[in-house]
Amino acid sequence: MRWLLLKDLQILKRSPLQLTLLILYPIVIALLVGFAMTREQDQTKVALYNAMPAGEPLGFGGEEVDGNEIRDQLCGRVDCIEADSTADARKMVENGEATAAVIVPEDLGDKIRSLASLSPESPEIQIIVNGSDAVENQVTDDRIEAMLGEANLLLAKRLSEGAKQYLDLILKGGEFDLLGQQIEVLGLQKSEQILKKIEPKLPPGTDKEQLQRAVRFAHLATDNLDLAGPLLTAITEPIKADKVEVGDEAPSLDTFAIGVTVAFALMFVTVLLVAGSLALEKEENAFTRLTAGLVGRGQILVAKVGLGTVVGTGVALILLVGLGLFVGIGWGRAPLWLLALIFGAAAFSAGGAALGAAAREVRAATLAAVMVCLPVALLSLVPDDAVGPAIETAINLVSAVFPFRPTLDAITGGLEISGPSLWLPLLHLLLLTATYGALARLALRRF
Amino acid sequence: MPPQVTGSNPALAARGVSKSFDGRKALSGVDFEVGPGEVVALIGPNGAGKTTLLSILAGIAEPDSGEVTGDGVAWVPQQAALYRRLSVRENLLLFAHLQHDAGQTAENPEQMVTRMLELTGLADRAGDRVGTLSGGNQQRVNIAIGLMADPSVLLLDEPSVGLDPAQRERLWGFVLGLVGEGTAVAFSTHDIQEAERYAERIVVVAEGEGIFSGTADELRQAVEAGAAGGGPAAAGDLETSFLAFLRERGH
Repeated sequence: MRWLLLKDLQILKRSPLQLTLLILYPIVIALLVGFAMTREQDQTKVALYNAMPAGEPLGFGGEEVDGNEIRDQLCGRVDCIEADSTADARKMVENGEATAAVIVPEDLGDKIRSLASLSPESPEIQIIVNGSDAVENQVTDDRIEAMLGEANLLLAKRLSEGAKQYLDLILKGGEFDLLGQQIEVLGLQKSEQILKKIEPKLPPGTDKEQLQRAVRFAHLATDNLDLAGPLLTAITEPIKADKVEVGDEAPSLDTFAIGVTVAFALMFVTVLLVAGSLALEKEENAFTRLTAGLVGRGQILVAKVGLGTVVGTGVALILLVGLGLFVGIGWGRAPLWLLALIFGAAAFSAGGAALGAAAREVRAATLAAVMVCLPVALLSLVPDDAVGPAIETAINLVSAVFPFRPTLDAITGGLEISGPSLWLPLLHLLLLTATYGALARLALRRF
Repeated sequence: MPPQVTGSNPALAARGVSKSFDGRKALSGVDFEVGPGEVVALIGPNGAGKTTLLSILAGIAEPDSGEVTGDGVAWVPQQAALYRRLSVRENLLLFAHLQHDAGQTAENPEQMVTRMLELTGLADRAGDRVGTLSGGNQQRVNIAIGLMADPSVLLLDEPSVGLDPAQRERLWGFVLGLVGEGTAVAFSTHDIQEAERYAERIVVVAEGEGIFSGTADELRQAVEAGAAGGGPAAAGDLETSFLAFLRERGH
């Protein structure tokens, strides 16, 4: 059997294009993915036109928000480009310079201030987006929603601070500016104290009952308005998220990206190589000669799986070393992820052998390999909660009978301690190797 | 027609061999034998069952019924079963190792390769990739692999297909050299002249049945006898006689 494996490696060596591809492919992929993973993410460009008068503060009471503060808040999550007018902002969106535009109307400040009046108006800002790209539109919508959420939160906090100051004034008393005039407010606490002091000094026969009612009211109001402060703070952000993770710990995004990249490379290299190599035995008429008393069909199959495992693991190793130049690879866990690579390569190789044995022609085998691998691998990446229960079950079933997902789980589990368990995917891959090996052996009976 | 037995101890013999594929009869009770050092040509129309018969004789396919006796049989497929990207030497060495590991020969693989390169006259092309060789030279390598275990019978399935006359001449010079050393050869061919020229005996197979076994002259005589009995007239060359013979028997 070793002669068969050596022969396949010799044939591989004799094909400069194939050999170059096998070496260059992981290097190029590692460079592309590595650069993509380490590059600063471009922020969404948003055109901003602020039609409000310069320096006009927003808010009411003692708490006011500077226009620049709002702008900083809006532009914290996006890259803002100043526009000179609404038309200018619209043009930026239309010609692709900006993915969206935010128009702050002239009367925004008035409308925000009206919230503290008896006739409140709803403050609005205008958003312009380019509807020609559905995916980008969705991303932009999400970004702008988050951006507005931040701005609204800032305003709500400041408004609640202003309201709290009014409440303090009513409670504790103080001075209040009204149309440029300072007005002194006594406050409920002082009112209560004053009334309590007056009560003993009232002449007999006075209706003390009415005075005592006023004292009780001032006392009750003081106690209850004390609670209003925390309440106002709470309503600016009534629900805070306390994230608790349950189930298997997910690997970091970097580890997941490395896992997906390596699993894809492993899949394509091994399945295509083994399927094509086995079909080539038939095309070169060598299979019949080999099986005419020299070697068994099973031995040929094992040699092909061995070829795919050796070459696939080698390619995946080059890829991992390349990625290691850009992102951290757990070299201390090398024995674990190496095990994952070997088991994954063996399972993919057995799958490739089954395809090659069934197809019996190199072209058909290659086509079948691409047509099977690509959709199943992509399906395996669909998050469980992105589809309905029935489709999720179907996807899980398909993913379970193909080595991509267990290979991905094994690689991420091998790379990161917080990743999924390593041993279950390895067992899964072992079962798939045996199953596909049996199918390939069956197909070789009529090869 | 019963086969013409060449001797009491044939090197390879088949008796009443039948084979069907998906209900279609490929061979029906065929008898065949080849004596030591004999060259037998197997001729017949396309789909007559020649390749099936050779495969069964080589032990590659199992007959549905009948039996095959004989040892040391080597089979050389119609199309060169070689790895085109490997050199002549690498191809020979691979099969030498496999035959050695399979217990078919005790000879050292390296020595065997050297012997085969000398035998085929391809020592100077040992490092050339098989894909760059001419069809004739590829066929010589193809046959050399079949000869590695020193077989007593060599089965060649249409060995000269695609070869020009000069290549064919060289190939047969090589094969007849083996016959001179005692190797029996049975080959299938569509080329009647090749059968007449190189075979001592011709076996005609048509629609899965063995319908003639004898020399080229005996085949002509059989056709003339048919013509005398009211059958179709035959011209002098063997190909015309062969076609007339087939027509006479409804094939």
